[in-house]
Amino acid sequence: MELLLDSLFNGVAIGSVLLVAALGLAIVFGLMGVINLAHGELMMLGAYTTYVTQLLFKLPILKPFYNSYIVVSIFLAFIVSGVVGILLEKTIIRKLYGSPLETLLATWGVSLILQQFVRSVPLAYGTGLVISLLIGLFLPATFPSKIKESVNFKYFKFSSWIFAALTGVLTGSLISSYVSKLSRASARNVDVTAPSWMRGQVEIIGTTFPKTRLMIIVITLISVIAITLFLNQSAWGMRIRAVTQNRQMSDCLGISTEKVDIITFGIGSGLAGVAGVAVSLLGSVGPNVGGNYIVGCFMVVVLGGVGNLLGTVLASFGIGIMTDLIGAGRLLSIWPDMPLPLSNTINFFATTSMARVMIFALIVIFLQFKPTGLFPQKGRMVEN
Amino acid sequence: MRISRRILAGLATASLAVTATSCGGGGTSGSFDDTVTVGILHSLSGTMAISESTLVDTEKMAIEEINASGGVKVGGKSYKIEYIVEDGASDWPTFAEKSKKLIDQDGVPVVFGGWTSASRKAMLPVYESKDAFLYYPIQYEAQECSNNIFYTGATPNQQSEPATDFMYKRSPAAGGNFFLVGSDYVFPRTSNTITKAQVKQLGGKVVGEDYLPLGNTEVAPIISKIKKALPEGGIIINTLNGDQNVAFFKQIQDAGITPSSGYYVMNYSIAEEEISTIGPEFLEGHYGAWNYMMSIDTPASKKFAKSFKKRWGADRVVADPQESAYNMVYLWKQAVEDAGTFDDNAVREALVGQKFDAPQGPVEVMPNHHLSQTVRIGEINAEGGFTILEETGVVLPQAWNQKHPSSKGFACDWTDPSKGEKYKL
Repeated sequence: MELLLDSLFNGVAIGSVLLVAALGLAIVFGLMGVINLAHGELMMLGAYTTYVTQLLFKLPILKPFYNSYIVVSIFLAFIVSGVVGILLEKTIIRKLYGSPLETLLATWGVSLILQQFVRSVPLAYGTGLVISLLIGLFLPATFPSKIKESVNFKYFKFSSWIFAALTGVLTGSLISSYVSKLSRASARNVDVTAPSWMRGQVEIIGTTFPKTRLMIIVITLISVIAITLFLNQSAWGMRIRAVTQNRQMSDCLGISTEKVDIITFGIGSGLAGVAGVAVSLLGSVGPNVGGNYIVGCFMVVVLGGVGNLLGTVLASFGIGIMTDLIGAGRLLSIWPDMPLPLSNTINFFATTSMARVMIFALIVIFLQFKPTGLFPQKGRMVEN
Repeated sequence: MRISRRILAGLATASLAVTATSCGGGGTSGSFDDTVTVGILHSLSGTMAISESTLVDTEKMAIEEINASGGVKVGGKSYKIEYIVEDGASDWPTFAEKSKKLIDQDGVPVVFGGWTSASRKAMLPVYESKDAFLYYPIQYEAQECSNNIFYTGATPNQQSEPATDFMYKRSPAAGGNFFLVGSDYVFPRTSNTITKAQVKQLGGKVVGEDYLPLGNTEVAPIISKIKKALPEGGIIINTLNGDQNVAFFKQIQDAGITPSSGYYVMNYSIAEEEISTIGPEFLEGHYGAWNYMMSIDTPASKKFAKSFKKRWGADRVVADPQESAYNMVYLWKQAVEDAGTFDDNAVREALVGQKFDAPQGPVEVMPNHHLSQTVRIGEINAEGGFTILEETGVVLPQAWNQKHPSSKGFACDWTDPSKGEKYKL
């Protein structure tokens, strides 16, 4: 029983890292069909946001709230990655809808740019830049409709960008003068230390579980529930699903597909940021952190069936549990006296490297029989 | 269009050449008769840049020190050392290509370079076919002995063997079982083969072994294996690379695998530089084994650390790989002065037997092109340094490991033409 619980927990823990990382991609790639190779770098931005938030919460004004910085950073990471994602959609991806190869190359280029950006720009000014993007993109939307409709709106828009740039530079220099660690560019990996209440382990029914892993499971659960509710219950969710199923018809019925694209891409990117917070708790934060996860993300989305959230959830937990069963050699401890050739085979695959090989092989075999994944999408989009 | 592109390319090469030469040497004091240009080849971009750039800094410092004390004296003339720095870009074929460039185009008499074994293996055929000479400063898995490479880092018997011995006999977990963790490439696998043979000789038991593919940071299966294999604590030998260490130490601490509950990790790839990246709070109480540690309390060691900080910034640290890099520049200078020429073959002959008072203590070049060195075992402390617990005498290098099944009973000797790369003892 204890063994089963332990194994199940480990599987869910590994699976939830995969799931939280793939959730944003499930929306961007699954619903919109955009092959976004910069997804990992959006995660990386989320991880760096956690790092910056951690340092800001060490400042004297915010020090009393230090223990809650991780919760704050989840929201900030969502916003930062979401804003960068929206900018990406507005400037690059919008022009490439319907040409997957070009999208693939362009987003790969973006991923390289983002990696080099965090290497060579001080994080303080990076933060300033994100703040100016945030203001520049959203300030014009808050103007009263009288101004919006006036002929001179472009001047208002322009001046709001100037304001945004100034605010960005100001915050950048403020942060860099108060937090010396953020004032210099560095390619060195940095470290996020979880607040003390999240370190160590808790005991549940006689087994101990690391708290950070529990926290990641909670983050994943909340993200999945929130996104499901959003897609199925809200008006915008309904529009997103409508556009996914039939773009021309939705357009004819008066849905602004342009806005839907921005919102979908923004949410998908924001979720990548949340995933960044989760992975920063497990390892170090560096320019390459996203690259470690991108293959796993695509694997989960394809296995689950493109365009299906439930499939993504099941696929990631499935892969998580399989990784633990094979990689940690669990089958042997469940069934200690199995015949020799079988136990030798299992032992051979019971290392992390070989378990990976085995899982990829199983996925390839599975996709031979069900090329569209666990839950294939039905409808017009597929027929096109 | 095509012409302008060519002009651009030409300009780019020209500006590169300008940067390359502008890197060369410090001030122009008029007391030298001539100059000699050496090659420095490490990754200045890509994943390895963080580690390898510290070696470039150290080699530059050593060259500046030699120049300040009168340069290299050959045949009654004093030569100022200048250098060309090339970027290996963390890409192994680039290392080979840049080696060819340094040897053929720039005509350097010696190249100081490399970090990963993969980069060395890529460069080796170049140096052997051109009969040039590479100085390689990193502790590595050995099982190699080239006439055209001089290795100043530790071989396994100068690092992992004394460390395993310490862990099994004198550490708080003495007599305990071993679990081996490493990244999945040649150094951890070779090192662990040697450790397994040694543990068997000592009468201990290796209860598990696992390798993490490079770039993968999911260590949960490894942690559950460690907990299953070592329920009451024990010895963990760690050869993980780079940021995989961060994931590993963060998560084993969360899983309760700590020195206070009887688990002690011995590390072969974590030096002062890495401790500050991972965070001493995760590493305190675990161990490391190196030839040089910054906390060595001798005038030579203190002087080395002090001049490095003075040259490159007070927050910088020095670690074992840097000390090796520092030693090799000085050993090359001594060999050249003894040989009385920059000619490769003469310098190679003069190199064997060279002695140098290194920051770690006296070192000597052995006939197998490796160094005899001192081995130290340290416990990682809260300040991010090592508290040195043990110090061996001078240990002779084994290019062919005597515990590895494939090389047992073999040795290397380049001073005797009948013996060479690999002969039976």
